[in-house]
Amino acid sequence: MKRLKALVLAGVLAVSLVLSACGGNSGSGNSGSGNEGKGGNSTIKVGVVNNPPSESGYREANVKDMEAVFSAANGYELKTFYNIKNDEQLQAAQGFITEGVDYLLISAAETTGWDDVLKKAKEAGIKVYLFDRMIDVDESLYEAAVVSDMAKEGETAVQWLLDQNLSEYKVIHIQGAMGSDAQIGRTGALDAQFASGKMKKVVQQTASWDEAEAKKIVESVINSGEDFNVIYAENDGMAKGAVAALDDAGITHGVNGKVIVMGFDCNKWALRELKAGAWNYDGQCSPFQAQIISDLIKGNKTASSKKIINEEKGFDAKTITDDDINTYGLGE
Amino acid sequence: MKKNTKSFFQGGLGQLTIPLIAIALLVLFNLIRDPGFFEIGITHNNDGNIVLAGNLISIINGASELAILAMGMTLVTAACGGQDISVGAAAAIAGSTFVKILKSAPEINGGIVVLAFLCACIVAMLFGAFNGTLVAVFKIQPMIATLILYTCGRSIAYWINGGATPTISSPIISALGSFIPGIPVPTPVLIVVCVTILFKLLFHFTSLEIFTQSVGINQSAARLNGINATFIKLLSFIILGVCVAIAGSIGVSRLGLINHETLLIDVEMDTILAVAIGGNSLGGGKFKISGSIIGAYVIQMLTTTLYAMKVSSTDVKAYKAIVIVLLVVIGSPVIKAKFGKLMEKVRGRMQESAAKGA
Repeated sequence: MKRLKALVLAGVLAVSLVLSACGGNSGSGNSGSGNEGKGGNSTIKVGVVNNPPSESGYREANVKDMEAVFSAANGYELKTFYNIKNDEQLQAAQGFITEGVDYLLISAAETTGWDDVLKKAKEAGIKVYLFDRMIDVDESLYEAAVVSDMAKEGETAVQWLLDQNLSEYKVIHIQGAMGSDAQIGRTGALDAQFASGKMKKVVQQTASWDEAEAKKIVESVINSGEDFNVIYAENDGMAKGAVAALDDAGITHGVNGKVIVMGFDCNKWALRELKAGAWNYDGQCSPFQAQIISDLIKGNKTASSKKIINEEKGFDAKTITDDDINTYGLGE
Repeated sequence: MKKNTKSFFQGGLGQLTIPLIAIALLVLFNLIRDPGFFEIGITHNNDGNIVLAGNLISIINGASELAILAMGMTLVTAACGGQDISVGAAAAIAGSTFVKILKSAPEINGGIVVLAFLCACIVAMLFGAFNGTLVAVFKIQPMIATLILYTCGRSIAYWINGGATPTISSPIISALGSFIPGIPVPTPVLIVVCVTILFKLLFHFTSLEIFTQSVGINQSAARLNGINATFIKLLSFIILGVCVAIAGSIGVSRLGLINHETLLIDVEMDTILAVAIGGNSLGGGKFKISGSIIGAYVIQMLTTTLYAMKVSSTDVKAYKAIVIVLLVVIGSPVIKAKFGKLMEKVRGRMQESAAKGA
C-alpha cells in the first residue's frame, strides 16, 4: 500500500514538473522579442498586441503571418505581446509606447478601454493600426483598421450556392456558438434566402462549434426521413461532423454526390477534403492582414478610408489547386 | 405490505425506479408523437458495410462517452461525496495525447493505436491521481480540487498538439469511432458493453464496491474497520481517469479530429446529471453503476427527442433543464418519502375496505 502511494505521488510530481516546463516555454514565447536591429536607423520598430495563438486556428495563422511579414529581412524590428485579457494588453501597449516603437498594431481582446492608450500613442507620435478587430474610439486615433466582414463571408458563400443552379434547395444549417461574430455573419445571408422562400430550411440548429453535436443533428434529420441536399456548416469541424453522419448513413456527398457540403475557415485539412471532392465549398475568414499593413506603413499603398475590408475568398472543390491549399490553408 | 412498499422505494429496484420511469415516459412520448421513431433500419454506409441506423441506434451510440464517464463518476461520487468537474478537460488532454502519438508515428497500425491509447490512459490516470491526491490526501472539496484542472485542462490539451484541429485519418480509427467492417453495431456501443463488463468483474472479484460504499457512508467507521479511505478515494479518481481516456479516445476516433476546445464540451455537467438521475446520492455512500448508465441514456434520448421535434436551437437547453428539474425533484428524498406515505395510506384504506367488504 505504501509503495503504491509513493508511486502515485511520484507520478503526480513528474506530471507537474513536465507541466511547469511547458508553462515556462510558452511564457517565454508570449513575451517574444524580435531581432535586435543592428543598423538602428533603417529598421522600423513595430509593436504588435494580439490575442494568443492558442485561441484558435485562425489566431495561430494570424500570429504566424504577422511574424513572417514583420521580419528583420523585411526591415522590421518586431516586438510582440499575446494575451487574451484586455487589461494586460493595455499594459503591454503602454510598455511599447514607453519603449518607443514607431508603429503599434492592435487586435484588442475587448472593444472598450483603449482611449487613453491611443491618445498617449498619438502624443508620442506613434502611428496605430488596428487589425482583425475594431475598437470603440475616435477614428482620428488610428491610421487604419484592417478587418474582416463576416456578413460578406456569408453572402459570398450563399451566392456561390445560388450559382450552382439547383432545382431546389433543402438546407441543413448548422450554426456556430449563438451570438458570436462569425455565427451572426454567416447566418445572416442564409436566413435571407429562407425568408424569401428561395431556399427551404430543413433544420437550423446550433452545435456551438462542436463537431460531435453537428453529427448528432444531421443524424436526427436522416432518421426523420426528411429529404435534404445542402449542408451549410458554419465552420470546418462541424462540416466534418455532418459528413461523418452522411457516411454512416450511406448518403453520397461532395462533387457528383447527392448532398452539397459547405464549410468555413479554410483549414488545410478541410481544403484537402475539397480537393478530394468530398466537400464542395469552403469560405475563408482571412487571418492575413500583415501584408496590407506593411504596404501602408511603407507607403506602397494608401488607404482610401479608415476601415479597410480584408479581401476574402471562397474555394470551390472544382477549381481549388494545391497552391491554394498551401497559401490560404490554416494549420497543417 | 409495509415492508413491501419500503423495499420498493429503498432497496433493490428502488433506486432505479426513477430513471426507468423516465426512460419509459420518453419512449411513450416518442411513440405517440411518431410511431416510427424507434424503427431500426439497415443500410450500407459509404464504406460499403451493412450497418444499423435509426434514432434508437443514434441514442445508444451518442451516449457512449457519457455512459462511460458516468460509470467512473459514480465511483468518485460514492467514495468522496463530491464530483469531478474536470472530466471534459481531462478527456481533451487524453484525446490530444492519443492524437499526438498517432501523428508522430510514420504509419498508423494496430500496435500504434494500442500504444496511443495506453499513453492516453497513463496521462489521464496521472491527472486523475493529481485530483485524487488533492481530495484524498489534502482533504480539499472535490469540486474545488478539480476546478484547477477544469480551468487549465484545455490549455494543456492545446500545448500537446499546438494546432487548433489536428486531424488523423486511418481505417483503424474510423473503425473505432464508427463501424468495424462486418459488424453492424457502432463500435462505441461495443466499447460501453466492454467497460460495463469490466466494472462488473471488478466488483465481483474485489471488495471495491463494498469498500467504496463504506468509505462514502462513514469514513471514520470504515477506517476503524481497516479500510484505507485515502487509498479508496485515490483509486476512484484513477479509475475515473481510465474512463476519461476511453471516452476521449472514442470522441477523437468518431471524426478523426481533435478540437481541444470542443471535445466533450460541458460533458462534466451531463455526467454528474447522469449519476443523479440514476438515483445515486451525490453525497456519497450507496451507489448503483447501472443507474448512472441509464441516466446517461435518458439525457441523450432527451436531446435526440428535442432535435427530432426541431425545437429551436436556442431553446433546447431550456427544455432539457425543465425535464431534468422534474426528474431530480421527483427523485428527491422528500418527495419519495411523501409518496411512500401516500402509498401506505392508500394500501391501508384498500385493506380496510376489503375487510369491510368481506
